[in-house]
This record gives sequence, C-alpha cells and structure tokens, in this order.
Amino acid sequence: MNAESRDRFVAEFRRVEAALPGAKVPWVVRARSLALARFADSGLPTLRDEDWKYTSLARIEKRAFRALPSGAPGSAAPPGLAAGLAFDGLPGHVIVFVDGRHVPALSHIGGLPAGVIVGSLADALERMPERLEAFLPDDTRHTVLGALNTAFMSDGAFVYVPRGVAVAEPIHWLFIATRQDAALHPRNLLVAEEGAQATVIEQHADLGSVACLTNAVTQIFASRGSVVEHCKLQRQSPEAIHLAGIHALQGQGSRFTSHSIAVGAALARHDITATLDAEGCEAELNGLYLAEGRQHVDHHTRIDHARAGGTSREHYRGVLDGASRGVFNGRVIVHPGAQRTDAHQANHNLLLSRDAEVDTKPQLEIYADDVKCTHGATVGQLDEAQLFYLRSRGLEEAAARSLLTHAFARDVIERIRASSLRAHVERLLLARLPGGAQVREPA
Amino acid sequence: MLEIRNLQASVEGKPILRGIDLEVKAGEVHAIMGPNGSGKSTLAQVLAGREGYEVTGGEVRYLGHDLLAMAPEVRAREGVFLAFQYPVEIPGVSNAYLLKAALNGVRRHRGLPELDAMDFLALVRQNMKRMGMADDMLYRSVNEGFSGGEKKRNEILQMSVLEPRLALLDETDSGLDIDALQVVADGINAMRGPERAVVMVTHYQRLLGHVVPDFVHVLSQGRIVRSGGRDLALELEERGYGWLDGAAAPQAGPPERAAP
Ligand SMILES: Nc1ncnc2c1ncn2[C@@H]1O[C@H](COP(=O)(O)OP(=O)(O)OP(=O)(O)O)[C@@H](O)[C@H]1O
Ligand SMILES: [Mg+2]
Repeated sequence: MNAESRDRFVAEFRRVEAALPGAKVPWVVRARSLALARFADSGLPTLRDEDWKYTSLARIEKRAFRALPSGAPGSAAPPGLAAGLAFDGLPGHVIVFVDGRHVPALSHIGGLPAGVIVGSLADALERMPERLEAFLPDDTRHTVLGALNTAFMSDGAFVYVPRGVAVAEPIHWLFIATRQDAALHPRNLLVAEEGAQATVIEQHADLGSVACLTNAVTQIFASRGSVVEHCKLQRQSPEAIHLAGIHALQGQGSRFTSHSIAVGAALARHDITATLDAEGCEAELNGLYLAEGRQHVDHHTRIDHARAGGTSREHYRGVLDGASRGVFNGRVIVHPGAQRTDAHQANHNLLLSRDAEVDTKPQLEIYADDVKCTHGATVGQLDEAQLFYLRSRGLEEAAARSLLTHAFARDVIERIRASSLRAHVERLLLARLPGGAQVREPA
Repeated sequence: MLEIRNLQASVEGKPILRGIDLEVKAGEVHAIMGPNGSGKSTLAQVLAGREGYEVTGGEVRYLGHDLLAMAPEVRAREGVFLAFQYPVEIPGVSNAYLLKAALNGVRRHRGLPELDAMDFLALVRQNMKRMGMADDMLYRSVNEGFSGGEKKRNEILQMSVLEPRLALLDETDSGLDIDALQVVADGINAMRGPERAVVMVTHYQRLLGHVVPDFVHVLSQGRIVRSGGRDLALELEERGYGWLDGAAAPQAGPPERAAP
C-alpha cells in the first residue's frame, strides 16, 4: 500500500467532510466514516491485488488531487457549455453536473409520469434522505474504490421510477469536468420499482483537456419485472483518470442491459457487476473500448447468477491503436442452486498497431450442474483478405481499414436499443476512429 | 491492353508462377484452364495486386503502364476487376455501402461526378434485377451467409456496376446451377465490347459454351504450356491435362518435371 497517497485522501476527507451533502444525516455520516475506515485500511489497490494485476494506479499516488467541497458553487460553469458538448440532438431529459455538482441551469427535465424523480442526489440527501437509506450505503461491491466514493460522494443523479411506470425518453446524466487536479466522486442511484422501465445515459466528458480524477459509482436497483438499460459513455480528455463502478442488483424476471462505451481518459478502469438475485433474470453487458496513444482501458465485469433460470449475455469489443493497452476480465459466477443458468460471454479485440496490447481473461466459476456457459475471446489484426477485397474494389487502403474497424466496433453499438442513442454513439465512434469521417452509410 | 512478360512470382519463397507470357488485346476474351494448383488464382491475384505474392521477375503492362507498380485500389480505379474464386465475407459492411464506395471511387478517378443516392439505387437495382438478385441482398453484409452461387452472382453484380475495362474472372462459373450459369454468362457477355477484355479462369467447358472465348490457354506448374482457340478446350475435355505435361516439357523445359 502507498501510505502517502492514503494519508492524502484521508486528510482531504477531514478538510471537506463538513461540507459534504448529508452532513447532518446520521446514517450518511456513519456510512461515510465506515467507508473511509475501509479505504484507510487498504489504501489504493496495487498491482499485487489479483484484480489489479494489469492496471496500475501509480499515477494517482504520485499526484495530489483536491476534493471539491460540495459547497463550491457548480454554477461557475461557463455559459454555452452544454451547447458546446456534442449531446445536442439527443432527445430526452438531461441533468448536468459540472465538476461533480448539479447545475440546474444547464439541465432540462421534460414532463415525467407521476411519481418519477429525476434529480440531484445531493439534493435528495438533504431533502429526502429516508428514500435513499435502503439503497445508498449498500452494495458498492465492497471495493476499495467504492468505499472511497462513499466517503466522498458529492453529487450525482438520483432517478426513481415507481411501480409499473415506464419513462419513455432516455434520461441523460451528463458529467463535465473543468478543473485541473480535482478529485470527483460522483454517485448515482437508479431505482426501478416493480415492472418499471427506464433508459439512462451516463456520459462523462471534459471541457478541454483536464487532468482530473473521477471515481464514480452508479447503483442500479432493478426490481421484479423491471427493464433497465444503462449506457455509459466515457469520453474524458486524454489526461484524465476515470475509475468507475456500475453495480446492478436484479429482482425476479428483471431485465438489465449495460453498455459501456469507453473512448477517453489516460487511464480508465470500469468495474461493472450484475447480480441476478432472483429467478429468471436477464442481464446483458456490452462494451466497446477504443484506445490509442498510451491510453490504458480496463473493464472488469462480474455477473453473479445467484438464482435459477437466469440468462446473461456479454459482448465486449476493443480496438487498440498506438501503444495503448486494453484489459478485459469477465467473471461469471454460477452459485449453488442457480440451475438452468444460461451464460454466454465474448470478448474480441482488434489490434491496429504492433505496440498495442490487450489482456483478456474469461473467468467462469460454476457451482451448479444444470447450466449452459460458453465464452470466447480473440485478439487479432484486421483481416488481410478482407482488406484486399475492399482495395480490389477501389477503396483506398486507409478507408478500407477504417471501414473494417468501424464494422468491427459496430457490432456492439447495434446492441443499444434506444435508437436515438445508438445513432449518437455511432457518430461518436466515427469521430473517434482513424479516418472515420470517410465512413458513412449510403442513404 | 494487358501484356504479361515472363512473370514469375513466389509465395513464402515457393515459386508458383514460373514465367508467364500472355497478351490480351481490347475486345478479346481469353480462357485460362489448367489443373488444380497450377497457379491460375495466383496469376489473377498478382494481377489484382494481392500482397504476400512476391513478384520475382518479369513485367506486366496494362494500357501501357506498369501494372505491378500500382496499388490494388489504383488498378481497380483504372478498370481492373477481379471476380474472386472465393469471394470474401465482410460482416458489418453492407453490399450497398461497398458498391457505392467502389463506384464513386471509380467515378472520381475518371473525373465523373459522384452518383447521388437515388441514381445509385436505380442503377444497382436494375443490375440486380438482371442478376436475379433480391433487393434485400443490397442491405446484407458483403457475402456474409451468402450461398456459393449467391457469392458468384454478387461478384458479377459488382462487375456490372463498376464496368471495368479488364475483367479477371476466377472460376466464377464454379458452383452455379444451370440458370445461374446463364445469368452469369449473360453478365459477362454484356461486358464484352471493343474497349474491354475478359480473362476467365475455368475448369468447365460449360461456361465456354455461353461465353465463347477467342483464346484458350492451359496453365500447368506456373507456365502456360499450350495456347489455342476454342477447340483446345474441347480437346482438354476429352483428353484431360496429362498429355500436355509431356508435350510441354521439351518446349518449356521445366526444372522439375512432373511425374508421368
Ligand atoms: N498463401 C499461400 N501459401 C502457400 N502456398 C500457396 C499460397 N497461395 C497459393 N499457394 C500454392 O500455390 C499453388 C497455386 O495455387 P493457385 O491457387 O494459384 O492454384 P489454382 O490453379 O488456382 O488452383 P485451383 O484450380 O484449385 O483453383 C498451389 O500449390 C497452392 O497451394
Ligand atoms: Mg484457383
């Protein structure tokens, strides 16, 4: 453990704790201090931790990131900020956070069905903490970074969808970082009651190039029969560090879909978990990571089949250029008694340069006998035969490469169900791929 | 149009083409026949610019230019078209996308305006109809899940849309049912013209009944061991290739002689 960095975080906590939301709510204060103690116990993970074998947090250790007390006005956001970010054209409700603080002036929440809440978590911690108590302290999957988030959690989205209610339009959580050296700990909570339906987009972007640390946690409670789609767009700037946990707890017959589109940050680590905690759940975890230069992007997923009759599907793809590094670790645990589990996992990686690397590891742990579990992982280059075929039809080599890369990545994007979102992500992908501008679908 | 002189090529250090000479003039149709593994596809791929084949000698001129110095896409834009023996599947890229990108690439190269979506669709649909292809093929991924015959039709569809000057057809007739063969043959015949040339690799007499060649060549062990007219194909049909190796040996003088 790096004691110096640990002590720095602890000192920062002491400095800002009184100004964190919920400072007058006993259970919040208790949760924060328990979480801090847990973090202080172990410090940041190191390469010696099995789960962190390929991803070093040394660059956090070396740097002093400053926590932003929640009293700091988030409204310092420059006017026109929202327009400058490419989320225009996305329909639905938008709730904006600048440097971890909700900015109502930039947000626009349209008409919502009765009982639906789309708002700021900090606000909810002050005004209706009793609604959060059952969810918030619980389940950050007991990770050290989750604990760090709980200690510092400042603001984030709180979405509550009552029983049987479907929110038709996507709800967009937009996080914008503007401050150098800031440590941001956004915390999001989505509660879908029985039979509820919601689609959320969690987007993280920076204003310019910002060397900041984001350590986000999103908790999703998908009750019995609910349908929840969560789409994460991580497009932070090239100096940023992005750490994130997304944890879904599923009730009977619920359907949870996660998409993790990761194109940004110098160092990114995403821990995504789904716990199929009752019978007949369906979970789908999809992901696409694009990295170039010296970017490092890590996805650790974990699917717990805790009960019988669950189905899980996992489709992750990576495109790695330059001297970038990708990590995928897909853990699937079929617990005793989780009979008739049907789990499938695939991770395919495309290396566009000789210096790019990827470590991919499926990790299946099966403690039931009547199960169907399959997995497959590949690492390869663009197919020479396909490239030649395209060139023999007159496509420039660069265009042919982009086209094939795009086709490879699109497999993941096509799994996004909300069509407006799918189109948005596709544009993002095109903008990000080398030569992507040339790849356009014919009318 | 195409002059091949003493062309030699190897794959992974193994000589495959061992001195090919062939001249194709505008307006002509040439058929290339020969046993499996004799180098027919290699010749076609080398002409189209496939990397991985090392040209170790000889030269190829196309419309007076050094063909081998051109990138594959430049050859395509200059009017060389290869119909693959094994058309490649490209998941995630639609037939429509490829056709449009290819056609507009050729048009830009020729100084013509790009076709807009409407004109493009009209052109492609008309050609598809002639090829007996259903409209939905246009929006499917290139060759993905196509049957053998559908892939071959798709190659000819691309050819008809791109209107190349020199078409190299590598066993486009293999695996076709009788009706499809007629359709493909019609497609090839429609390509014929005083400004164009066709080189088709085939194993079967059948195609040559539909598309009558001006010349027939036999490729064996990387060399053209016999050239003739339409009759040569009929003779091969009757006698096979065995008699040719012997006949070719003295005049061609292969370093390693085939076992009798
Ligand atoms: N990439 C390669 N690596 C090794 N050998 C190769 C490669 N490509 C072709 N060859 C060899 O070159 C020879 C000629 O192959 P080619 O495909 O040109 O034959 P062909 O005349 O088209 O045969 P067919 O009638 O079966 O299509 C064969 O012996 C083949 O195994
Ligand atoms: Mg062949």
